[in-house]
Amino acid sequence: MSSSQAWPRNAVQPAPLDNRIRMETPEGIDLLLRPAGLLSRSLAFTIDLGIRGVLLIALFYAFHLFGEFGTGLFVLALFFVNWWYMVLFEVLHQGRTPGKQIMGLRVVHDDGTPVGWSASLLRNLLRFVDMLPFGYSVGAFACLQHPLFKRLGDLAAGTLVIYRDAPVVRPDLPEAPAIIAPLVLSLDEQRAVLSFAERQASLAPARVQELAAIVAEPLQTPGGAHSSHAVGHLNGIARTLAGSA
Amino acid sequence: MKQRQFEQRYQGEWSTFAERLGALEHSRRKNPAGDGFTEQYRQICRHLALAQERGYSSHLIDPLQQLAMRGHQQLYRHRSQFMAQLLGFVLADFPRLVRAEWRLVAIACVLFFGSLIVMGLLVYGYPDLIYSVVSPAQVGEMESMYDPAARRIGQAAERASSTDWLMFGYYIMHNIGIAFQTFASGLLLGIGSLFFLFFNGLMIGAVAGHLTDVGFGETFWPFVVGHGAFELTAIALAGAAGLKLGWALLAPGALRRGEALRVAAKTSVRLIGGVMLFLLIAAFIEAYWSSMTWPQPTTKYLVGAALWTLVIAYLTLAGRTAHAPD
Repeated sequence: MSSSQAWPRNAVQPAPLDNRIRMETPEGIDLLLRPAGLLSRSLAFTIDLGIRGVLLIALFYAFHLFGEFGTGLFVLALFFVNWWYMVLFEVLHQGRTPGKQIMGLRVVHDDGTPVGWSASLLRNLLRFVDMLPFGYSVGAFACLQHPLFKRLGDLAAGTLVIYRDAPVVRPDLPEAPAIIAPLVLSLDEQRAVLSFAERQASLAPARVQELAAIVAEPLQTPGGAHSSHAVGHLNGIARTLAGSA
Repeated sequence: MKQRQFEQRYQGEWSTFAERLGALEHSRRKNPAGDGFTEQYRQICRHLALAQERGYSSHLIDPLQQLAMRGHQQLYRHRSQFMAQLLGFVLADFPRLVRAEWRLVAIACVLFFGSLIVMGLLVYGYPDLIYSVVSPAQVGEMESMYDPAARRIGQAAERASSTDWLMFGYYIMHNIGIAFQTFASGLLLGIGSLFFLFFNGLMIGAVAGHLTDVGFGETFWPFVVGHGAFELTAIALAGAAGLKLGWALLAPGALRRGEALRVAAKTSVRLIGGVMLFLLIAAFIEAYWSSMTWPQPTTKYLVGAALWTLVIAYLTLAGRTAHAPD
């Protein structure tokens, strides 16, 4: 999931192969942001639209009891729900409207900092243009054209809709006696061996065998490439690399 | 250091940091969980950098990355001293901003008030012109609203306060909607703002000219003169904010178009903040003062003149001193 390969010191890190973007912070680390595409964003918007619709219908009947005064309140509520629902949620709820919350999205500034009042107001006011001429055509077009899936409002406000990270579950390394690698492994190779051990549970046994067989010879597995020891040997090296518990 | 040892040594720190983040994410108020946050955050960043440098497995790095991301969100969150900012904005920043953007404001004003006045005079001189911009049904509606006879008969007494509320809500909804449209459509290379300024000017001018022509001026002008000061100015300013967006796209200068747009948008959204304040005031005046029927038209004209002077004086004079008044 993360790109965290070990690149030589001071080397410029290449851009990730997928559409994630690297954002360097003042602390000297890279944050990885994963921009959200058109479909998940439109679904989030649809959910928000539904919630607002239900809310307004409920308010309409509730305020209806108060006669003209209630109608006045309702029109005010209509205004707030129409223009401020998105802004209030985005600023006060860490960039997430209920729809975005459900879809696992959030809004941030271009540099990854949390979205503020002016940016959120701007991106939501300019929604008006994104909706032109019908059904968000302009917004959808801009979104599909842009490498970071920005609609016009996002472009002007300098905001970005990203996926929130799901918590990672750590797999256990398979049991194997620790073995010291017979040659010095580079960092990339070490990571490859570790990943092999960690991802073993999700691979078919035949595939595991096949992968282990590729490196059996250079790693001097006793018995050669076709031995059933290849997998265990590799796991043992991984265990050494990870260190004892 | 091997991965496992690294993990064992710092696991405790990471989980306390995660708990602290959880506490901070749940409330925006000042929180004891914030004490010593930066040191811990920096520690996490250091661990992340170390783990990446040493080539630890991605299952170790990813959670660290997420912790760093969440910490970053908390550390760089926007502290808003809302009241202080609002006060500063109203007292000085907004009029200064309007003066700084005087070219666009002037264009928007000329277009909006120009088309309004010209159309008003034209309709006054050639009454049939009104039907070229307003449909006969709407004209009838307008006439019945401002008919002096209907007023005396239908609304002999003051409007009930519940009606004031209804109209207040309606004015907010309607006027801010128009202002937002005028602003947002500026993104279409400014053409949208130009169109809405011109179009709204025509409409308002035509209605004013027509009502004066048919002799309803005595109810119409006292009604609109008060809140018009805020409402019409606000629409012109919203247009100016929209033109700023459009101009940034047309003539980005040394910046890329996207960058120029972002810079312009930062300014124009503040203009829009002021526009919203103006429209809020306008809606109050319209619902609670303009609708009163007991003050003499003379009083209304005087108050109206005072409000126009106030708006113009505010936009031209406020915030001229270097320090905002405390």
